[in-house]
Amino acid sequence: MLEFYGTEIGSRLLTGTALYPSPQILADAVKASGSDLVTVSVRREAARASAGQGFWELIKQLDVHVLPNTAGCNTVKEAVTTAQMARELFETDWIKLEVIANNDTLQPEVFGLVEAARILNEDGFKVFPYMTEDLGVAEKLMAAGCEVLMPWGAPIGSGQGLANPLALRTMRSYFPDIPLVIDAGIGAPSHAARAMEMGYDAIMLNTAIAKAGDPVAMGRAFSQAIEAGRLAYESGLMEPRDMASPSTPVAGTPFFKIDGAS
Amino acid sequence: MKIVVNGEATQTQAKTLEELCAALGHGTAKVATALNGDFVPAPQRGQIKLTENDAVEIVSPRQGG
Repeated sequence: MLEFYGTEIGSRLLTGTALYPSPQILADAVKASGSDLVTVSVRREAARASAGQGFWELIKQLDVHVLPNTAGCNTVKEAVTTAQMARELFETDWIKLEVIANNDTLQPEVFGLVEAARILNEDGFKVFPYMTEDLGVAEKLMAAGCEVLMPWGAPIGSGQGLANPLALRTMRSYFPDIPLVIDAGIGAPSHAARAMEMGYDAIMLNTAIAKAGDPVAMGRAFSQAIEAGRLAYESGLMEPRDMASPSTPVAGTPFFKIDGAS
Repeated sequence: MKIVVNGEATQTQAKTLEELCAALGHGTAKVATALNGDFVPAPQRGQIKLTENDAVEIVSPRQGG
């Protein structure tokens, strides 16, 4: 069973709530995917508007775990204050911590990320850091109190899949016990299955479902791929080899000739 | 008094952050606030006095990835 900070999560597919064609399709897609955790955010509320209230009601009706993010934050200060506002709004001490270095790649700013993680952990938050696959950064985040790590698969919204599979395999091997979530860059169910076959604990994605032609069906597709990938990992995958090896028994092959015999 | 609310220059008579929220129609709304970059918990808004050129953020729940 998947656990984050001692809380059981019912699905290894974690989904975002943005970019859907409508609130109803969002709700239907989350339900069809079986996702038990959704990410949310905070944004400025206009005077005499109440956009946030309607969204909050929708999220409550989904009856799933809620993970607020600090998307769009470029500094430690912005991220910490955003996390504190999110904690009050969403009534949870979970935070998906994003400190962004570059607005074109949305690459994590890992120095600020570690500092913000330390501050938030000391303030009682349970931090889910969006990070690169760097092992040194991972160790510093764990030292800062993080009990979950979320390396990127590829830049957010790019749909490129696993840009650096070697580093992601290494990360899984190096940290066999801490929950590892591939966060961002997943474009197709096959990408998610590949990460799960590597032994990753869960997949977080948004755009690939929300922007699909049929988000509800795509939610199901990701759910099945992730389940298959996990089952394959737990079953023990064969080791690849360079040369062919016959699967049909050689012994008793008709017309078999030993080399050199006539 | 001129302050900045969510990045926009705003004239207000509000003396406290709580009064400002009420004046903007957020009296009972699900919003969170920050003053000059620091989080202000909802129960403390009534004690936080506004001064000229303060920067206020008022946010609410939204979709996120």
